[in-house]
Amino acid sequence: MKRVYVNEDWCLGCHLCEYNCAFANSGARDMVSALKGKAIHPRIRVEGEGDITYAVSCRHCKDPLCIRGCISGALHKENGTVCIDRDKCVGCLTCVLLCPYGAVLPGPDGAAMKCELCLKNSCGEPACAAGCPNRAIVYEEREEAK
Amino acid sequence: MKRYVIVGGSIAGVSCAEGIRSRDGEGEITLVTAEPVSNYGRPLISYYLEGKTDLRRMSWRGEDFYERNRVNIRHATAAEKLDAAEKQLTLSTGEKLSYDEICLCTGSHPFSPRFEGLETVEHRFFFTTLADALALEETVTKESRVLIVGAGFIGLKCAEGLKDRAGSVTVCDLAAHAMNANLDGDASAILEKHLISNGLRLMLGNTVTRFEGQTAHMQSGETVDFDVLVIAIGVRPETAIFAEAGGDVGRGIKVNERQETSLPSVYAAGDCTESLDVSAGEPGVLAVLPNASMQGFCAGVNMAGGGETFDKGIKLNSIGFFGLHIMSAGTYTEPVYEEVTDTGCKKLFAKDGVLTGFILVGDVSRAGIYTALIRNRTPLDTLDFETLKREPSLLPFGRAYRAEKLGGAV
Ligand SMILES: Cc1cc2nc3c(=O)[nH]c(=O)nc-3n(C[C@H](O)[C@H](O)[C@H](O)COP(=O)(O)OP(=O)(O)OC[C@H]3O[C@@H](n4cnc5c(N)ncnc54)[C@H](O)[C@@H]3O)c2cc1C
Repeated sequence: MKRVYVNEDWCLGCHLCEYNCAFANSGARDMVSALKGKAIHPRIRVEGEGDITYAVSCRHCKDPLCIRGCISGALHKENGTVCIDRDKCVGCLTCVLLCPYGAVLPGPDGAAMKCELCLKNSCGEPACAAGCPNRAIVYEEREEAK
Repeated sequence: MKRYVIVGGSIAGVSCAEGIRSRDGEGEITLVTAEPVSNYGRPLISYYLEGKTDLRRMSWRGEDFYERNRVNIRHATAAEKLDAAEKQLTLSTGEKLSYDEICLCTGSHPFSPRFEGLETVEHRFFFTTLADALALEETVTKESRVLIVGAGFIGLKCAEGLKDRAGSVTVCDLAAHAMNANLDGDASAILEKHLISNGLRLMLGNTVTRFEGQTAHMQSGETVDFDVLVIAIGVRPETAIFAEAGGDVGRGIKVNERQETSLPSVYAAGDCTESLDVSAGEPGVLAVLPNASMQGFCAGVNMAGGGETFDKGIKLNSIGFFGLHIMSAGTYTEPVYEEVTDTGCKKLFAKDGVLTGFILVGDVSRAGIYTALIRNRTPLDTLDFETLKREPSLLPFGRAYRAEKLGGAV
């Protein structure tokens, strides 16, 4: 399947992916009204310090611990993509306790939130990759580990 | 075509069916469960009372799970006798099921010590099933004074769920601290303050010595008048049919890392089992939902001829009360990091060069990075632990690790 891949050598630490993510998932039509003066809640986060920066978002694992441990059954797979039914989520954050990459995040409304590859918002493909100026984030098909 | 039987239709049982179907699309699966209703997230029963979910959203894998996975489901049916030599299971209906592989996912049952006068209490409940929650919903009114015996996570979740439905909620426990089994004194103190400021009455280091109708006589000499009683002292693995069949039982059904028991072709998974806790280096009852699901899946794969292992089991728990998040994991060995404020705390424990446990109250973000270290027994000298102690992130793991995880499929 197509996934988001990150190459930290090319990451500029510009945080544009975070803004594009927050905008894509805001449901708003223009970026200014979606983000200006607001606390943003992106599902991808740039980590690191000094010269080392890189973006972290859901890896859509083959056997995701978050889905196994979800007490409400809100987390599930749809054609390989790990999705969350935020209406079912009760906000216990067991997924946050289990994700080895720190890629599932507590959302502002209490429910957990995570990258769903922009398949469910108007973007249609990951906004983080589409907007990355240095191709440090790409969305493509690669050989899968067995 | 193989015949599989699963006993218990909750988290472990449903995950077992998923495990079987991940390898065997043909075999015949029969799932026998005492529950009258389709699978639901058991921990959701307090959220149901709180109004944060409803019956429709509580289904864990969906009402159509059995149909989609071609599972013959037998609700409201108990397994009564296991004959491992004959590979036969006798049901409460008198029917006998023959199997090639069977998995016991019988979970746990609530436990109550003998309280003098308990039989004089009219409205008394346990809090482990949807039926319990529905009965409480029916009984508790805005005037009800609720007394909960047990300040573990089940008792406190029940208290949170009932808080806005009842007149008052009192929780007592013999232990001096709330969630004594999961937390230490510092973390409990923060939690207790938070619970009290949200309107619960706590009586800790104090429990009921006897009941007299609607009055509880406490160890301290005080009395508590109540209308509704909930006993939430603890749960015990449900091992009866396995023990009667001659299987090896410790505190739970003993299983190896393939979820096999001492009896041939008999597997077990979830709250009914005792298995290796890798953070303690000894067996324990790891009775939380994620383990039940992982063990059930592992058992299912192996029943269908696979080679899956569940060898990273630890105790872990993520829970919230009135907006305060609390996480705990593993075994509290030697403290290696500590941060305590009025509203939050963080403690890390390590031994023999690996992280063995943690407690987080308040800020819980990216806690899974710590959990993975415990589960994988990652040698701490292979990463920058000083940085990681302060804040969980992938930075301390180094470039190669990140290239593999963020630049590859996992
Ligand atoms: C109020 C509450 C809150 C909780 N909160 C959390 C939480 O926040 N996080 C967390 O990780 N865990 C939590 N837990 C624990 C979690 O619910 C359990 O770990 C999990 O449900 C275990 O799943 P299981 O399938 O092993 O057993 P169970 O869920 O106990 O299911 C066992 C099933 O087997 C059936 N059964 C038993 N004996 C027989 C028989 N002889 N024949 C037929 N059927 C039988 C029972 O009817 C039941 O359906 C909570 C539990 C409770 C009660």
